[in-house]
Amino acid sequence: MKKFAIGRFVLPAYSAIALVFLLIPIVYTIVFSFNDSTRSNTVWEGFTFRHWLNVCSRQDVCDAVSNSILIGVISTIFATILGTALAIALVRYSFKARSLVSLSLFLPMATPEVVLGAGLAGLFFNAGVGAGLVTIIIAHVMFCLSFVVVTVKARVQTLDPTLEEAGADLYANPTHVFTKITLPLLMPGIISAALLSFALSFDDFIITYFNSGSVTTFPKYIYVAASRGVPAEANVIASAVFLLAIVIVLATQIRGALKRAKLAKG
Amino acid sequence: MAFAAFGGANPAKDSGNKRKGGPIVLALLLPGLIYLALFFMTPLVNLVVTSLESPDPTGAIGAYFYDFNIGNYATVVTSYMPQILRSFGYAFAATLFALAISYPVAYYIGVKLRSRPLLQRLMLTLVIAPFFISFLLRTIAWKQLLSDNSGFVSLLHSTGILGQTQFFIGSDAAVIFGLTYNFIPFMTLPLFTNLERLDVRLLEAASDLYASPRKVFSKVTLPLSMPGIISGTLLTFIPIAGDYVNASRDFLGSSKTSMIGTMVEADYLQNWNYPSASAMSVLLMAVILVLVTAYVRRSGTEDLL
Repeated sequence: MKKFAIGRFVLPAYSAIALVFLLIPIVYTIVFSFNDSTRSNTVWEGFTFRHWLNVCSRQDVCDAVSNSILIGVISTIFATILGTALAIALVRYSFKARSLVSLSLFLPMATPEVVLGAGLAGLFFNAGVGAGLVTIIIAHVMFCLSFVVVTVKARVQTLDPTLEEAGADLYANPTHVFTKITLPLLMPGIISAALLSFALSFDDFIITYFNSGSVTTFPKYIYVAASRGVPAEANVIASAVFLLAIVIVLATQIRGALKRAKLAKG
Repeated sequence: MAFAAFGGANPAKDSGNKRKGGPIVLALLLPGLIYLALFFMTPLVNLVVTSLESPDPTGAIGAYFYDFNIGNYATVVTSYMPQILRSFGYAFAATLFALAISYPVAYYIGVKLRSRPLLQRLMLTLVIAPFFISFLLRTIAWKQLLSDNSGFVSLLHSTGILGQTQFFIGSDAAVIFGLTYNFIPFMTLPLFTNLERLDVRLLEAASDLYASPRKVFSKVTLPLSMPGIISGTLLTFIPIAGDYVNASRDFLGSSKTSMIGTMVEADYLQNWNYPSASAMSVLLMAVILVLVTAYVRRSGTEDLL
């Protein structure tokens, strides 16, 4: 392996620099949640916990966040159910229109948000449905669905189908096989799909903006506030969500890596 | 594919023995497919119909009727040519930069760190970390870090790269910078999922047969990682071409960096010019479909998801 000497020093250094680059704005956002600023949060004015302790002193920020959480939870539930079913069908069963199904699941991921947003807005407009919470949720389920399928599908592929067959051989009916074997084994995949779906929904701006009417979500709040300066309370919310998410992801990743290391040792 | 990395699982090959299941398959597939037909396909068809409408004769604002007015396309192409060129130009540049930044990182994490799974998972988490903090706030962070009175801009002034009256924010370069930054993880993840499965014995074999490291890369590693490069390129290029947040004057752009999305938003939400906004959306979608078709022709549909 001496010939790949470039891997010894240059590659790790390059990767480290790239990762630091990715993290710079995250660190900035967290640091400025502690900025003792009153109106626009652009210049460092000293350290304070004030914004963390009274997030809801900015009622508008809190309202937007609770809308986003509500939308995220409901859309995630629907997208996860529909997507898990699709993923199981794609991996476990053979059927004729397979590639057509794959393509129709890929296309929503490959369509620019502005096209999805304008398309749905036109549909709701023509159908006489006023934009609001419901239209946002319909839109979010649509674009989260494909991502759920991809994530759960990866998990279904690792499952040993003989486990389900063994269950059936031991006189478990199909419902029991599904609830006692398939579903528990799929759970890690379903949970990561749900987390991804919530993250996508919570952070979506463009599609939401086209279909939100007078409802304000957290990203929409930031977009509208951007011209006059985003208050530090918004940084607090974003930082809290980030820290929570990163703890969850790190825990699952480390658990996965340890499990694999154990398996490798035998 | 791309986001399989989130599952933390190592996708094994399909286990060939797939069951045939008539009614069960339908029950699993139909709800999701009907949902997509209603809220993905119908809106697209609706966009095509709207793109062929003309203003209502009564002159009411926001009212249109269908008369197969194909002239809308000629109008948007001529009046929005700068935005169209900019969108694809920005997307091309930012995708190239994202590939150049992501490939070595994905190679390092996916190939070199295989023997150290804990570090591998840790670094992968850092790659996807930006997904967990507001995309808009990250972009605003860059806007402030690279603002007109930042150290970065005074460095550009003192080195003469920028004239004393020129600034970074609001320029093409700033928008391309922001787009590159925001979409790097979309490039790194598919590359990682591909390179994670790269058989290193093939690289050793090539070098045993006296291929130089450069040859090993260009003749073995690169061709084997092509599927990852292509799906990463699609997942980066497409959303970038449709983005307008980075280019917005409240973020990294100015009135001189408007993109296709800027015009769709303005026509749809401010000017109520639905046919114009729809025609632009359909044009953008057409370009995307050409790209996806080219991809499917080359790699088939199995690797899409």
